[in-house]
Amino acid sequence: MTALRLLWLHLRIGVMNELQYRANFVLQLGESAIGLLTALLGLGIVFAKTDDLGGWSPDELLVVVGIYFLVGGLAQMVVQPSLQRFMEDVRQGTLDFTLTKPVDAQTLVSIRQVEVWKLVDIAIGIGVLVVALVRLGHAIGPAEAAAFLVALLAGAAIVYAFLMILATCVFWFIRLDNILVIFQSMYEAGRWPITIYPSWLRLGLTFLVPIGFAVTVPAQGLVGRLTLELLAGAVALAVAMPLAARWFWHLGLRRYGGASA
Amino acid sequence: MRHLPQLYRAQFRTTFADQVQYRGALAIWAINLILEPVIYLAVWSTVAASQGGAVDGFGARDFAAYFIAAMVVNHASVTWIMWEFEFWIRQGTLSPRLLRPVHPIHQTIADNLTFKILNLIVVLPAAAVLALVFHANFTISPWTLAAFVPALLLAAALRFAIEWTLALAAFWITRVGAINQLYFVVFLFLSGQMAPLALLPSPIATLAAWLPFYRMLGFPVELLLGHLTPTEALWGIGAQAAWLAIFVVALNVLWARGVRQYSAVGA
Repeated sequence: MTALRLLWLHLRIGVMNELQYRANFVLQLGESAIGLLTALLGLGIVFAKTDDLGGWSPDELLVVVGIYFLVGGLAQMVVQPSLQRFMEDVRQGTLDFTLTKPVDAQTLVSIRQVEVWKLVDIAIGIGVLVVALVRLGHAIGPAEAAAFLVALLAGAAIVYAFLMILATCVFWFIRLDNILVIFQSMYEAGRWPITIYPSWLRLGLTFLVPIGFAVTVPAQGLVGRLTLELLAGAVALAVAMPLAARWFWHLGLRRYGGASA
Repeated sequence: MRHLPQLYRAQFRTTFADQVQYRGALAIWAINLILEPVIYLAVWSTVAASQGGAVDGFGARDFAAYFIAAMVVNHASVTWIMWEFEFWIRQGTLSPRLLRPVHPIHQTIADNLTFKILNLIVVLPAAAVLALVFHANFTISPWTLAAFVPALLLAAALRFAIEWTLALAAFWITRVGAINQLYFVVFLFLSGQMAPLALLPSPIATLAAWLPFYRMLGFPVELLLGHLTPTEALWGIGAQAAWLAIFVVALNVLWARGVRQYSAVGA
């Protein structure tokens, strides 16, 4: 609860900060529109040559695109900028100010920096999902909706824990400017269902960098192609990985020397 | 002009030291380099499989050859000047560069060449491994290989000139992120990066053949893989040279105008 209240607070600060730079909203709108256009054109070109891509129909791939924007937007709005700032704080020793605050430090460093205009990506993601759902119409029952929601929440938890673990490495290496970019660049692969990739890449995108759980698995849930075992696996991972991230965070924190050390 | 070779040598050394130091950034770059062709390769191989093994004459092994060759050509022609130049302008670091007795473009050429030559150590083995993993169908004849060399060099020169010209937009606009993004989307579809031109809907393919994007990537690739006749190859190399001439002129004109109206940040 405290976490949500803090997130809300930082969201408001983010909004107030950004309202000074309203031109950025237009820029973000343009960038997101180009991103959406790219995704749709890509689908158009591929589906001009076939009616199904490894078992996925065009409307089902629209679901993948929607989730890709939604999850990517969430990560880029809160988690990535916050963790980027946390890594900078460790490097400069200014994490002291965060650690002395009377709230959980891991929560605080995870939600402190909000890029408000990324809401545009989230809105686009939801919009694309709605369009896809209307077009799929009949196929979505309550079971699919439930599987989708559970898988989406699990995917979000897994992605958060993964990014948190990556960022926590900064306690050992101090300078790791680009490590979060690894996720960003591999996330591109999530535009397409990872089931079409060769097995080595599919395994990598499932267990090394959990993009499959973030995008493909929720999409499978929505189109009713998610097995119970896979869903259970996603939930188990969504419990285990945040716990591991928590443990790793405490381990790393013990190495933190502070600004004057 | 006498001192140019010296300047290039110095820049070679600087970039070399820089690259060796930031190995982490290099690893991230390598992931990107390999991931992109594999994504499109997987997509199109899946399409080919669903169409009984081939689409428009491309089977899975032909796609493998196409996208792996495209990866190498892309590496040979890539530039990052559009971000770098914006940074120069916004941070005001263009000013000291203007004071030097040579055009700042020389430094970027040397920097670019060093990066590419150095990273062949990563690119060529990566291409070889991918070719083995995906059983790429490389059928290269002596004449296509011979014609590929000038086509590749012209592609690299053309892309350098075009992206330098676009980078100059930063003289007039402070945030060029949107322009860059738009350019890369057009590049993605019209250069043959996302799919061989033959697979695009025909109006787009026709448009692409007349624009310079295809000359920077798809053309050298298809030339190498023997998809083109000798006449088409000659015609294409001519088109590359013509576009290069156009953009070198544009670059010079815009540079002269831009510098005149440039006022350093903080000055």
